[in-house]
Amino acid sequence: MAWRIEKRAAGHGAAPWWTLPASFAMALAVGALIFALLGHNPVAAYGAMARGAVGSFYHFSEVLVRAIPLMLTGLAVALAATMLLWNIGCEGQLVWGGIAAAGVGLFVAPHLPEVLVLPAVILAGAAGGALWALIPAVLKAYLAVNEILSSLLLNYIAIIFMEHLYFGPWRNPEGFGFPGTAQIDEVARLPHWGATRVHLGLGLALVLALLLFGALRRTPWGYRVRVIGHNPQAARYAGFRLRRHVIGVMLLSGALAGLAGMAEVSGIHFRLQQGLAVGYGYDGIIVAWLARLNPLAVPFTALLLGALIVGGEQLQSSLHLPSSISMVLEAVLLFGLLLSEALARYRLVRRASAQPLRRQGEPTPP
Amino acid sequence: MIEELAFIGQIAVKSSIAVLLATLGEIIAERSGVLNLGVEGMMLTGALAGAAVGVATGNPVAATVAAALAGGLLALVHGFFSISLRVNQVLSGLALTILGLGLTSFLGRPLIGTRPGVRLAPWPIPGLAEIPLIGDIFFRQSVLAYLAYILVPLCWVLLYRTRTGLKIRAAGEDAAAVDAAGINVFRLRYLCTLAGGLGAGLAGAYLSLAYTPGWKESMTGGQGWVAIAMVIFAGWNPLKAVIGAFLFGGLTALQFYFQAIGIELIPAYILRMLPYVLTIAVMVLVNTGGGRRRGASPAALGVAFNREG
Repeated sequence: MAWRIEKRAAGHGAAPWWTLPASFAMALAVGALIFALLGHNPVAAYGAMARGAVGSFYHFSEVLVRAIPLMLTGLAVALAATMLLWNIGCEGQLVWGGIAAAGVGLFVAPHLPEVLVLPAVILAGAAGGALWALIPAVLKAYLAVNEILSSLLLNYIAIIFMEHLYFGPWRNPEGFGFPGTAQIDEVARLPHWGATRVHLGLGLALVLALLLFGALRRTPWGYRVRVIGHNPQAARYAGFRLRRHVIGVMLLSGALAGLAGMAEVSGIHFRLQQGLAVGYGYDGIIVAWLARLNPLAVPFTALLLGALIVGGEQLQSSLHLPSSISMVLEAVLLFGLLLSEALARYRLVRRASAQPLRRQGEPTPP
Repeated sequence: MIEELAFIGQIAVKSSIAVLLATLGEIIAERSGVLNLGVEGMMLTGALAGAAVGVATGNPVAATVAAALAGGLLALVHGFFSISLRVNQVLSGLALTILGLGLTSFLGRPLIGTRPGVRLAPWPIPGLAEIPLIGDIFFRQSVLAYLAYILVPLCWVLLYRTRTGLKIRAAGEDAAAVDAAGINVFRLRYLCTLAGGLGAGLAGAYLSLAYTPGWKESMTGGQGWVAIAMVIFAGWNPLKAVIGAFLFGGLTALQFYFQAIGIELIPAYILRMLPYVLTIAVMVLVNTGGGRRRGASPAALGVAFNREG
């Protein structure tokens, strides 16, 4: 009996189930190495992270709180990537969603009937993100400008503009110099679940994940998006209007990221302030790819990343290690996923009799 | 008037060196067919390594070399994933940037607020620095800036006037043909990816040793991404990389200028946005300025080479 490594046939179904656990194990191993090199006990460090993430009901509710924007930006990245578009601008779209939501909550809400305030805030958030995503979309569709770079550079511009707003014209006049706007009214806030910080955004994100899954698998639009993603050439021959789809998909993707910003403003901070752009837009890339771009898997990978982030914060408060370890672990998770997908191209095969190793396609000896 | 021009010009050059060094490195990598979006992460890691070794040794050469090597080390990670494992190069590069951001934030915490160990002060070149205007702008810079001046023509000669350069460019166009000619595509691409990392690491060293000595979290502020955009603007040509970097530096210098003279002609936040707006604008310009330059993109950029076909 002998083992041998054999290449899988190209396009051989889905990647095997073990890739995600394997990536997670690899991230944990690299993290342990870093802790050990810095003279900390990895078991103690991971223990603190785990307690921080799932140690009590309150801690777990905080994981849910982080998972809300992560789900939305994860869905945003996944939708765009399904059509081979890289939306790396979710951070900026999130910021614009927050700006629009805060703007409506602060300045438009007083003129609206109460029942319309929250819907207006939510729609404004989606619109803010969508409009910001329209810039890279138009540049991509009509001028073939690389959307990775344009959407990413727009993040910096969005953040500078937001800072200008809360340091300048929108600053709370009664804030004693605190850099932030005034708080939005109670009616403009997303309802909360009990005493936790978990808010209605969770339901919204879950419903959107279901809707997006349905739309991609069950509608003609979703079919076209997936065909364009698989084979743009074929899609062109089939007469699909590529430009229109690029713009449509980016608008929707931006709207999802904008909703993440809205949820942060209307559900957590209740104002525009420092701490809105903390990287959920970039985390969305990892959420989406860990979920293999499947909208139904996004809530789970968002929870995983939420747990990492909350665990990292716990590490900071209990062991005084910077919480940015969670970012390192995220990056290693992504590398781990890439590694396991590369390995999944091969498989271990058991043969009854030993055969000489042959390269694929080599003629068999007579 | 001349004095003001000299002032703006000097800061413009000073502000363009990091982007220039990183752009040169990325041009070499992309010419060989490897797209590395991890420049921002490599640059940050280089900046931290330079600052840390600077504090530990006080030796400017050691700090600079450490920064370049740190960038190179991260580039090899990308090389392993994109060249050997043949995974999606965009994802691998993004992972590298996130890794660089996370690692430097995690490891750099103790350095925040410490006194920089090394400061590369401007070093006027005797003779050249005395030329009116030109001398002030170009020859009263730090040593790393002079290194960048030398690297621009060197990279051009390497790519366009040597056999190695021909191999690099061919590997970026048609790796299979280069392989058929008996040249080791894998080794070539690894070396070019490494060169990209060294360039980004040097760019980081410039930031943490010369431009604003000391370590600050996320001190690159997107310059790594600007560099990747400037590679496109330069049409993958090291000589043209100078123009893009100088435009970026020029707009950064305007901020300092308006701050220095204390006139708010243009609001400060608009000035802060301008370098990023410009970078997007030049990418638009390249694509609207005729198809000639668009064709300059290496045909096999981002495509892994697989001998098994």
